[in-house]
Amino acid sequence: MNQRPHFIVHNEGDNVGVVVVEDAAAGQQLTGWIMETDRTIQVKALADVPLGHKLAMKDIADGVTIIKYDHDIGRAIQSIPAGGYVHAHNIKTKRW
Amino acid sequence: MAGATDHFFGYRRENGRVGIRNHVAILPVDDISNAACEGVANNIKGTMALPHAYGRLQFGPDLDLHFRTIIGTGRNPNVAACVVIGIEPEWTRRVVEGIAETGKPVEGFSIEQNGDIQTIAAACRTAKEFVHWATEQQRAKVGIEELWAACKCGESDTTTGLASCPSVGNFYDKLIPRGIYGCFGETSEITGGEMVVAERAATAEARDKFLRTWQAYQDDVIEANKVDDLMDSQPTKGNKYGGLSTIEEKAFGNIEKIGKQVKYIDVLEPAEAPAKGPGLYYMDTSSAAAECCTLQAAAGYVVHMFPTGQGNVIGNPIMPVVKISGNPRTVRTMSEHIDLDVTGVLRREMTLADAGDALIELVVRTCNGRATAAEALGHREFVMTKLYRSA
Repeated sequence: MNQRPHFIVHNEGDNVGVVVVEDAAAGQQLTGWIMETDRTIQVKALADVPLGHKLAMKDIADGVTIIKYDHDIGRAIQSIPAGGYVHAHNIKTKRW
Repeated sequence: MAGATDHFFGYRRENGRVGIRNHVAILPVDDISNAACEGVANNIKGTMALPHAYGRLQFGPDLDLHFRTIIGTGRNPNVAACVVIGIEPEWTRRVVEGIAETGKPVEGFSIEQNGDIQTIAAACRTAKEFVHWATEQQRAKVGIEELWAACKCGESDTTTGLASCPSVGNFYDKLIPRGIYGCFGETSEITGGEMVVAERAATAEARDKFLRTWQAYQDDVIEANKVDDLMDSQPTKGNKYGGLSTIEEKAFGNIEKIGKQVKYIDVLEPAEAPAKGPGLYYMDTSSAAAECCTLQAAAGYVVHMFPTGQGNVIGNPIMPVVKISGNPRTVRTMSEHIDLDVTGVLRREMTLADAGDALIELVVRTCNGRATAAEALGHREFVMTKLYRSA
């Protein structure tokens, strides 16, 4: 049996992952699963991240493109450290 | 995959299509005929009224869509027979004639110079005969290729992109090659992922038609009416609560519903019946759940697959809506609404191929007669799409 992940990353090239448990807490070493390659990784959470919300996989500078599903889903509007909470407060669509 | 999922038991209709439900529908042509339709449905057990909000004074493409939706609903193979009631005889006759082309029993009644009570009495006698006739129809074994299965997702979150939408994608990747009809749409909500959808067209013609359809929505609806950057509407509050941050992120999760391989062969107008044979179709639909399901049912789809993250409760009166969720909190807090739990994907206990197989099995059981959660809970959202102010 594979270890149950705390977060899931769609593709190897993604710089964010999705928390899939209801109790991911700041300071916790989280186990992640990269679905594309079936690889297991570890990231330390810097914040409490709710179920379904995103976590930075690496340091992301202000203005850098956020990649999920191997696609551009917007850009950082402030710098986000690895393990930081990623949501509408620090990323934004490039559309509108 | 063998055995139980290569066929289902449905009702073979006069025009050759196969239905999975056997409704006697009481269909209003217009809003002011709702009360008479409900009067008939209250008196004659085994019938169902389909009240709605429109049908008066409309013109142009908006009126065409109204007729296409009403007539298509009556033509759907899940409807065994249909009583049509309108305020006046001419538009009523137009609806009856459109439904009658299928060969199914249909009769129209109009209210002006009769009043509700006489109209209801006359329509009740016909509706009762239709119930006797419909209840003697028998299910027969048909091949899985007779299936028309549509999809749309709602109250999406990041788990829909991880588990429930790709379950639908796996369903289509397995069953479209076996000859079923599929349908996806949601023109506004694939914004951000439109180039990915464009690349999934089977032909250059379908690709160009899709891009024209998408651009028309951007120009005629968004640019014409927006007052801000839409950040208050897209993603929705529920989407954001579920972790979706941008319209692009929402779009890529949505597009997971069309799987990895299958390509769409044509682009349909809202409520337009597919005419290019078996395969996957894109329909220019509203992204609001009830409108989208109503349009897909009017195009002839008999079953619907609906991934949800935060817990959309949508149903449709004539087309069973199967709910799929991969959100463990929603599956716990709203279990009565969820037909298929795919949270095992998030626990790494279930592959997407397993989830697709589970969905195929559940859709077949639904086709064979299993009531969906939305059917058991009485969800019958029947909502017309209106293209512009035309009345």
